[in-house]
Amino acid sequence: MTLVLLILIPLLTGALSFAVKGDAAKGLALISTMATLAISAIVSAGNYTAPPATFSCEWMPQLGASFSLLADGMSSMLCLLTGIVMMVVMISQVNKDVERPGSFYGFMLLAQAGLMGVFLASDALLFYFFWELALIPVYFLCSQWGGEKRIQVTFKFFVYTFLGSLMMLAGLIFLATRNPGANAYSWANIVHTGASLPVGQQMWLFWLIFIAFAIKMPIFPFHTWQPDTYEQSPTPVTIVLSALMVKMGLFAVLRWLLPVLPAGVDYWSNTVIVLSVIGIVYASCIAIVQTDIKRLVAYSSIAHMGLMCAVAFAHNGVGMHGIMVQMFNHGINITGMWLIVSMIENRWGTRDMTKLGGMASTAPQMAIALVIISLANIALPLTNGFVGEFMLFNGLFGGAFANHMTVMVIAGLGIILGAVYTLNMIQKTAYGEATTMVIAKDLSINEYVGLAIIITLILFLGFYPKPLLDLTASVAGMIVH
Amino acid sequence: MNAIIATTVFGILMMFIGLMVNNKKTVTSLAAVFFLGLLGVNIYDLATVPADAPQMMFNNMLRMDHTSMWFNTLMTGCTALYILLMGKEFEKVGTHVAEYFALIFFILCGLYLLSTFNTMLMLFIGIEIMSIPQYILAGSDKRNLKSSEASLKYFLMGAFSTGILLMGITLLYGASRSFNIQDMVSVLHSESLSPLALAGIMFIVVALGFKVSAAPMHTWTPDVYDGTPTAFTAYMATVVKAGVFYAFMRLFHVAFANLGEHWILIIAIIAAATLLVGNVTAVFQQSVKRMLAYSSIAQAGFMLFAVIAVNNTAWNAIMIYAVAYSVATIGVFSVLIKLKDYTYDGFNGLAQKNPFLAFVATIFLFSLAGIPLTGGFMAKYYVLTAVVEQGNLLWLVIFALLMAAISVYYYFRVIIAMYFKTGEPELTSPVTMGDKVMMLVTCAIVILAGIAPQILLSHM
Repeated sequence: MTLVLLILIPLLTGALSFAVKGDAAKGLALISTMATLAISAIVSAGNYTAPPATFSCEWMPQLGASFSLLADGMSSMLCLLTGIVMMVVMISQVNKDVERPGSFYGFMLLAQAGLMGVFLASDALLFYFFWELALIPVYFLCSQWGGEKRIQVTFKFFVYTFLGSLMMLAGLIFLATRNPGANAYSWANIVHTGASLPVGQQMWLFWLIFIAFAIKMPIFPFHTWQPDTYEQSPTPVTIVLSALMVKMGLFAVLRWLLPVLPAGVDYWSNTVIVLSVIGIVYASCIAIVQTDIKRLVAYSSIAHMGLMCAVAFAHNGVGMHGIMVQMFNHGINITGMWLIVSMIENRWGTRDMTKLGGMASTAPQMAIALVIISLANIALPLTNGFVGEFMLFNGLFGGAFANHMTVMVIAGLGIILGAVYTLNMIQKTAYGEATTMVIAKDLSINEYVGLAIIITLILFLGFYPKPLLDLTASVAGMIVH
Repeated sequence: MNAIIATTVFGILMMFIGLMVNNKKTVTSLAAVFFLGLLGVNIYDLATVPADAPQMMFNNMLRMDHTSMWFNTLMTGCTALYILLMGKEFEKVGTHVAEYFALIFFILCGLYLLSTFNTMLMLFIGIEIMSIPQYILAGSDKRNLKSSEASLKYFLMGAFSTGILLMGITLLYGASRSFNIQDMVSVLHSESLSPLALAGIMFIVVALGFKVSAAPMHTWTPDVYDGTPTAFTAYMATVVKAGVFYAFMRLFHVAFANLGEHWILIIAIIAAATLLVGNVTAVFQQSVKRMLAYSSIAQAGFMLFAVIAVNNTAWNAIMIYAVAYSVATIGVFSVLIKLKDYTYDGFNGLAQKNPFLAFVATIFLFSLAGIPLTGGFMAKYYVLTAVVEQGNLLWLVIFALLMAAISVYYYFRVIIAMYFKTGEPELTSPVTMGDKVMMLVTCAIVILAGIAPQILLSHM
């Protein structure tokens, strides 16, 4: 029942929020996200001592779909991430005003409900429902509260992802109809059916299902919606998109693709790895020449997701474990990055790096936070990013596929290039002459709290990642066998 | 049985009421009561026909099985909903309000025959009873040139397709020596098939394809739907079409069940063409009403899936599709009719001016686009599942999904206009409390059909 609460709390408070006027919506959202975080922490803690929590009740038996949820290590870890990120977002919003706050926070909470559902669903049709439910609020958020070009950019994003999800739906229907029954859509049945299909069918079914996830992550060449959408979205939405929604894609690969179509995955893994590695290098190179910080972070995110996706197809236990850890860490780090970017934008009125500078002298606390988070983002030892990335490269190195050394070396370039653009950004924004006349305030209380949570997590998990590793170990082992 | 008599009696009664009662409001209220009464009669019929023993009527001309009665009940329910939502708008079309209601009763009579026919003659009569009132409704706005054009165009093309249907029936009679569809299925086999039967089937495909506006027999649709007064377009594009689809399925799944290899691929290609033409052309429309006309072609492409898939899921699919599509389209039209300007620009800024209208319109458009949690999603889900179960037609499924993604473009254009653009939309009449309640009920049905579609299948 606690699992249902994880979905129900944001869903109900979200619906309620539409009716609430003014700042009350903000408070409601903050309380709601705190409650959800507390419950997801309880669910995660339960995983250390007991078998994973499940919930199941009848939904559409004629179709073979049931309302079943499962919170194993990976699911509860991602729920925890969702809880933390949403709460930090709400904290950072405390001193900000948005137009029509009731609708804004309502949509944010609905998106959270959708995300929780995606991470928890253990029924394919339910998974598909939540997959779409997470998308629609984001569509409205970007289109109403975004930047100048928001409407066409968001529309492109929507059609892109919607098309992908429809393809996935066709794949899931195909799987469910091969083995009909009252539980045709249950995860166990889908895995059983998929794995027993002949290789020829798995080969094309793979793309039908993978394309939805590839668009969501996004993997080169399906990434074109991403930088524009990140740039045009209001920061809270960008955080939801980049810290949480892209994880939906990766999570879905681990849960609904790798175990389901093993032969298809074997056949196509080299292709996907090559695409991912191209994505890493390509996105890093583009990030280097960006002057807009928001676009820079967007491209860096493509590079990071590309690495995780490559390892997901490398069929290696350590790598798989690394993905779990890195999903969490990347979510935390990128949230921090976006928070700082939005603070910069609010204070100096620009995101153009060439016009910024001297943050270290005008707003030292902010500069310190920026440096720590950036270093975590390029995986410096003793930050959380290092643990994850180390395991990821370990996975690529030990991967059972052709030319894994070459792939690892090229992917490793991504780290170096990452250091180039990140350090360049730090230099241009934090140091140097203060180029603008704007007198910037340093962190306000709520920003301080938000960043403190992020930085604490970065440092804590950098020193002592064991809780995170323990939580996800069994699931990682299960996926790779 | 009772429903067929009741709808005829109600129709004739309405005509006399038109002579005696001058107050339009009274006529509308009476009509609403009659439609609810008709719904009651349908429910009574449904309860009295046993689930496993179909009743044969009129020398085996009609076959009342439980599924057909349930379809009739659902479609009568949709009609009642339509009357409650848009009945008031009839008063604005012209002076003969009572006659419009009478015509709708007669259309329902045709629909009841179509859903229960057991011989080709009843199919023909049903289609004619259904079509002729539509020709009149299309031209009901006499002084409007476009309305007259719509009526004439519809009549000429309709008469032409009726001729083709008759020709098909004749050829089939020649091949099978029977009008009875139960007899036909035992006579028509692939091994010893006479060319007459094949030609007959093709004629019937064309004629019924015309009635459901399947490409390339769809060309009348946009002009007719556009020219017809909006209040009647909503009905012609929904319940009527669903009725013909039901007859289409009944004929092909019963009489031609053994001949699948001869017609399935042809209808699959027609479905693909319909999806392509409907969706791609809808993208380029400037008027929302015309867009909805093309969208109804596109949705017909999806409904053809139920004809293609000869299995039980297809029957579930047509049931859900008929209701989900009808309710959502009637809903969209009920919003559209409140606006003065039918172009996309006419919707600009509706969310600020009237958040309620914008909200319900969004739900209806979501359903038409097939977004989960709405009836439209479950409808698409069922038709796709039916075709996947059929096998061998996966190309059609993938193609349909691509087309579904295109459809998002034109449905969301309305949402974008309402929510993200600014403007001063003008309303023709204020949205009363009664309107709001009915629209909310319609919304609730759309969402209920998306969460618990089994309710719509409970009596099959």
